[in-house]
Amino acid sequence: MRNLSRTLVTAVFGAALMMTAAGCKKKTPIPTTPPPTAPANRGSGDTTPAVPLSVRINSFTGEPRSIEKGQAVTLRWSVGNSTDISLDHELGAVAANGSRQVFPSQTTTYTLTAKGGGNQDTRSVTIEVSSSVPPPPSRTAAVRIPPAEILGREAQDVYFDYDKNDIRADGRDTLTKDADVIKRILGADPTFTIVIEGHCDERGSEEYNLALGDRRALAVKEFLVQLGVPDDRLKTISFGKERPVCTDENEACYQRNRRGHLAPAQ
Amino acid sequence: MKIKLILASLAALATGAVFLSGQDPISGVITKPHGKPRIAVIDFRGAGDAQKFMTSFNTTLWDELSNSGVLEMVGKSFYPLDVPQQPSDFKPPTTAAPLRRGDPPRTVRNGPWLTDWSNPPTSANHLVFGYTAVQDGRLLLRGYLFTVTQPDVQSAQLIGKLYFGSLDDEGAKKVAREFAADILQQFGQKSLSGTKIYFVSDRSGNKEIWSMDYDGSNQKQLTSYKTISKEPIVSADGRMFAFTSLIKGSWQIMIHSVETGRKLPFYNPISSTIETPEFTPDGKHVLYAASLGGYVNICISDITGANMNQLTHVRSQEVSPKVNPKTGRDVLFISGRSGIEQLWRMNIDGSDVERVTNGEGYVANPSWNPNGQLIAFAWTRGFEPGSYNIFIMDIADKKPVQLTSNAGKNENPWFAPDGVHLVYQSTPSHGRPTQIYTMLLDGTHPQQLTTQGNNTQPVWANGIN
Repeated sequence: MRNLSRTLVTAVFGAALMMTAAGCKKKTPIPTTPPPTAPANRGSGDTTPAVPLSVRINSFTGEPRSIEKGQAVTLRWSVGNSTDISLDHELGAVAANGSRQVFPSQTTTYTLTAKGGGNQDTRSVTIEVSSSVPPPPSRTAAVRIPPAEILGREAQDVYFDYDKNDIRADGRDTLTKDADVIKRILGADPTFTIVIEGHCDERGSEEYNLALGDRRALAVKEFLVQLGVPDDRLKTISFGKERPVCTDENEACYQRNRRGHLAPAQ
Repeated sequence: MKIKLILASLAALATGAVFLSGQDPISGVITKPHGKPRIAVIDFRGAGDAQKFMTSFNTTLWDELSNSGVLEMVGKSFYPLDVPQQPSDFKPPTTAAPLRRGDPPRTVRNGPWLTDWSNPPTSANHLVFGYTAVQDGRLLLRGYLFTVTQPDVQSAQLIGKLYFGSLDDEGAKKVAREFAADILQQFGQKSLSGTKIYFVSDRSGNKEIWSMDYDGSNQKQLTSYKTISKEPIVSADGRMFAFTSLIKGSWQIMIHSVETGRKLPFYNPISSTIETPEFTPDGKHVLYAASLGGYVNICISDITGANMNQLTHVRSQEVSPKVNPKTGRDVLFISGRSGIEQLWRMNIDGSDVERVTNGEGYVANPSWNPNGQLIAFAWTRGFEPGSYNIFIMDIADKKPVQLTSNAGKNENPWFAPDGVHLVYQSTPSHGRPTQIYTMLLDGTHPQQLTTQGNNTQPVWANGIN
């Protein structure tokens, strides 16, 4: 500790000597603004030559930094060693420590100027003002879940009895909900096209199942069109028994495969 | 694999075993083996290097003749030991004075003779014999067919012919097949040599159309649309094949040239499903099933697809039109118009529609015998839905005859051009691959032709000649 104090004293004294030496050597006029003083209470004040205190803006802020037009911003500042402090934009003279509410109508840069003892300090803060609030992005753009994903997530398969293509009671309920999903999708994207796939279980012949799957897909299409889905947004295809969702040899699996499935067109 | 199968069938034949165990007795129109000519076929031997290939030769010759279904093969254990190799080996017996006075004249045996074969226990009507040798680096076959019930060598000879092949197993099989074809022709039998079986295989990763020879050799991929291609059919002249393919979101019919492999122009009407193409026997029209008015019904058009005409107009599915190859007028098809799908028949103009099967079970895959009289189809009658078996029927009396009754499924029967063989697909049990087999019309002699992937929907086509 004693060593440190001695070092500091030496350093400050040395620095003063060097400044004097430099000043002599360059023979430049003594600047009106003296070099910044060393912190006041560092070391022993009696060894430091007296230097005039300089004007200093300690802080100048605006909160919030960005507003919508009409909202308030609070400017706050703190200035040392000055009595001549002013804000531009016709706000005029202010106290050394203070705040002021402003209502800028456009993006504005506020500048605080502090003068005193032949020098001055300035600090600026810019407030971003959006003149009119932009509307939210359009619904389709904003909630842009791809229609294919909505379809895949929300549309349900409709199931058929063995060797039949009639829409059952449960199928009517399913398709009524599916029609709502489709209409919602088409409301957002009127060009979206849906392929209705007709599928069969593995027991019929390949040839007959291809025809039966075609009929099942058409039966689904006809039902959806009755519910108001535009005819030209619906295509049909039969997969017969080419694309089973399961291959077990029991009625539970057969039923899962006897289905109408809604898929996005390629 | 093939050799093994052939050997297995050979062994089964030799012991008189029947392949399809647990089979119901067959009733109805198909005649059983009795009444067929009895034929003895010696084991041929080869001179010098030719002997190396005689196992292939003898196996092939026996197999071709026995699988024809028109001959009754005499088991080799009944053959005389003194076997001829060429006609000059036959030495008629001579008579000599009896050893004791008063006895009848003795018959002196001088070598092999026709009666060795015609008398019990062999009791053959015909004898196949000969030998092979090497000539100029090639395999030479001298083959003979004799009617051993004749009194002398000259009148006994039906065939005496030379055949040449390469000096290897393939060459030996080739001359055996050619010789067998000549023998079978003597019995009114059309040779299957040169015929092709078209089928669907998924072994390349997609269902594509393939072809193979009648014995399962020479399997070739014909299409590579890399989607789903199926339901092949071949024109009567063997020059065109048609099939159904999933192209750009709908099922369409494609026609290809057999010779170039290229697609021929065919106009598909606008429809989500067009399938099960069929050529008329004259090759000028195509029948198919198409979804035009909300239901898949039967249509006919020119070979280019022009002048389309819808033949049936019902609110049910109708597929698989098959035109009688003899008359060109009767059309078999599958229809659900009476409820569950059954076999129906109509005139090619759509008139005189009648149901052929009795309404039981589910029916699929009709096909015509070249004689225009017999038909074959898959039917679930007596089984659960999906458990198809193969039936044949005389279209005149409509009495079905069941040919298979295995566990699993047997489907897609198709008559060979010789009218006595069927090719079909069999799935031994759920989840196992489906393979293609041939058998005789009495349900015997099944031969597995395919082993890789699933192989389905075979049709047996005439070769191009």
